[in-house]
Amino acid sequence: MFSSFMIDTWMAASMAAVIAGVVGYFAVMRSSAFAAHAVPLGAFAGAAGASLIGVSTILGLGVFAVGGAVGIGWLGRRGHRDVATALALVVLLGLGSLFLSLSTEYAPEIYSLLFGEVLGVSTSELVPLAGLGIVTIAVVAVYYRPLLLTSVLSDVAEARGARPFRLEMVFLVILALATTMTVPVVGAFLMFSLMIAPAAAARLLTARPSLAMVLSVLIALAMAWAAVAASYESQWPVGFFVGTLGVVSYGLARAWSTVHRGGRGRVIQASSSRTEAKASAARSSSSRRWAADTWVRMRAFPRGTTG
Amino acid sequence: MGTFLAPVFEPGFFDSSAVNVALVVGAVVAMVSAPVGVFTVIRGQSFAGHAFSDVSTTGGSGAFLVGVNPIWGFVVMGLAATSAMEMIGVQRARSRDVATGIVLGGALGLSALFLYLDATSSSTTGASITVLFGSIFVIDHSTAVITALCALAVLATIVPIYRMLLLSSLDSDIAASRGVPVRLVGVCYLAATSLAVALSAITIGAILSTALLIGPAATALRLTRRPGAAIVTAGLVGIGATWLGILLAYDSFYWPPAGRGWPVSFFVVVLIFVFYLISGAHRPRRRPEPMTPGVPGGV
Repeated sequence: MFSSFMIDTWMAASMAAVIAGVVGYFAVMRSSAFAAHAVPLGAFAGAAGASLIGVSTILGLGVFAVGGAVGIGWLGRRGHRDVATALALVVLLGLGSLFLSLSTEYAPEIYSLLFGEVLGVSTSELVPLAGLGIVTIAVVAVYYRPLLLTSVLSDVAEARGARPFRLEMVFLVILALATTMTVPVVGAFLMFSLMIAPAAAARLLTARPSLAMVLSVLIALAMAWAAVAASYESQWPVGFFVGTLGVVSYGLARAWSTVHRGGRGRVIQASSSRTEAKASAARSSSSRRWAADTWVRMRAFPRGTTG
Repeated sequence: MGTFLAPVFEPGFFDSSAVNVALVVGAVVAMVSAPVGVFTVIRGQSFAGHAFSDVSTTGGSGAFLVGVNPIWGFVVMGLAATSAMEMIGVQRARSRDVATGIVLGGALGLSALFLYLDATSSSTTGASITVLFGSIFVIDHSTAVITALCALAVLATIVPIYRMLLLSSLDSDIAASRGVPVRLVGVCYLAATSLAVALSAITIGAILSTALLIGPAATALRLTRRPGAAIVTAGLVGIGATWLGILLAYDSFYWPPAGRGWPVSFFVVVLIFVFYLISGAHRPRRRPEPMTPGVPGGV
């Protein structure tokens, strides 16, 4: 299991897990799980196009990932963000089906791009992987505070001068970079599981952002390592183990948080977004939160609320 | 008419039985997708709507492995996914996204295993491609009949709860205060969506199923604010895009590279997207409405 050709696999899986853990935390906090699913799957169409015109797969993935991310951000400026994501996804996949029908010998490679081929990583693939990984982490580090603030308290962020559209674009480009790097190794479907499940579990375990991000990375690493080991032993696809372990880790975190919070009584959850906004402002003990709420109300009702 | 439209309709378009079945099935799927899609867009559950099409891949490959009719795989997986999402908490706006994501991730993992086992047992590497991209031109008559029956089942679920579903989609607090069983209505809607999406995914592929669910509905809701009118418009847009796409795909047989034909999915998706972009230029008249405060991670 630790022979020389497996060393590359372990390194590739570890790098993918670290990136997925960091980027996934923002995806979960921003409720962007759909984008985290759509960008890798849409980028897969770029790989098909790259093989059709004979350029490198990474280039095709990168162009389609960034293009898809920008398209999602641009279409989602006004109106429903989930509709924008769905439309961008189907347009990219429609192009993918065209590329596939025009090219001839591609079938086995599709399976590996969708479900990953961790057990066949070569040393030459590790260098671009590490390079893009460092770039992704660097961009996250630069935008860490504004990204976190818009993700958690968008009202406060806007009141303090953050530009939500620009930060949404930054997040989507980070997602696209992470996708380009990891899809050839872990596959479009698995990248999604590796991003969402650890971050969702970490958020249940702690409310502190930095700790949650560290936990998210650790859970992703544990999932990736266990999946590679299990896949090596059983010969079953690594995607199956990643998907199953994701569900298991989220279930465990959910059980832990239920037991842990059991004695303190649960906060009643608001069912609609407007109620939620009012309730979270009313529950908050932060003066900044109230100031932001007042600011939003003044902007929404410039002539006053009493008529 | 034949001579007049000869440049548009390539020879044999109306004689081919594959084309006729495709036209009928496409229209049925577009008509079922319209009401379900309008509610999906209003409720902001496009992700769930798309997830069901990927989940149906799992059901299809699993049924193929066990050796039963794929239809049962689709139905069972769709309903299982519905109940799993409901248990994790799809009814709340904040946790909806993660609930869908976790279920989708687990289903895709299972799908990887099933496709791998299918491939080793019967060397059908193309299974994943067939399920994902589908083809509307290779539908046999029995599948078409089952699709139509399931379409009726979906409509029979939606129609009785139409008013309750509409109210709880627009504002679940008001609906709850007026005595609507919001959660039950939500489950019924989700089950109807899973059935509609799974069946369109098997007949026309996962891409087209999402495109027909979301695209026409989003286009219609940009043209009109009235739900009934939106459903009718969405149905017409969906049927128009599907039929035009089938026609273009049939004609494309003579386009370069000769003798291959371009995929229907490509044409239909592009047409739907163009319709959506054009509809953005039109703004429905409405009373000025106060801006609502943004919510962190709102829907």
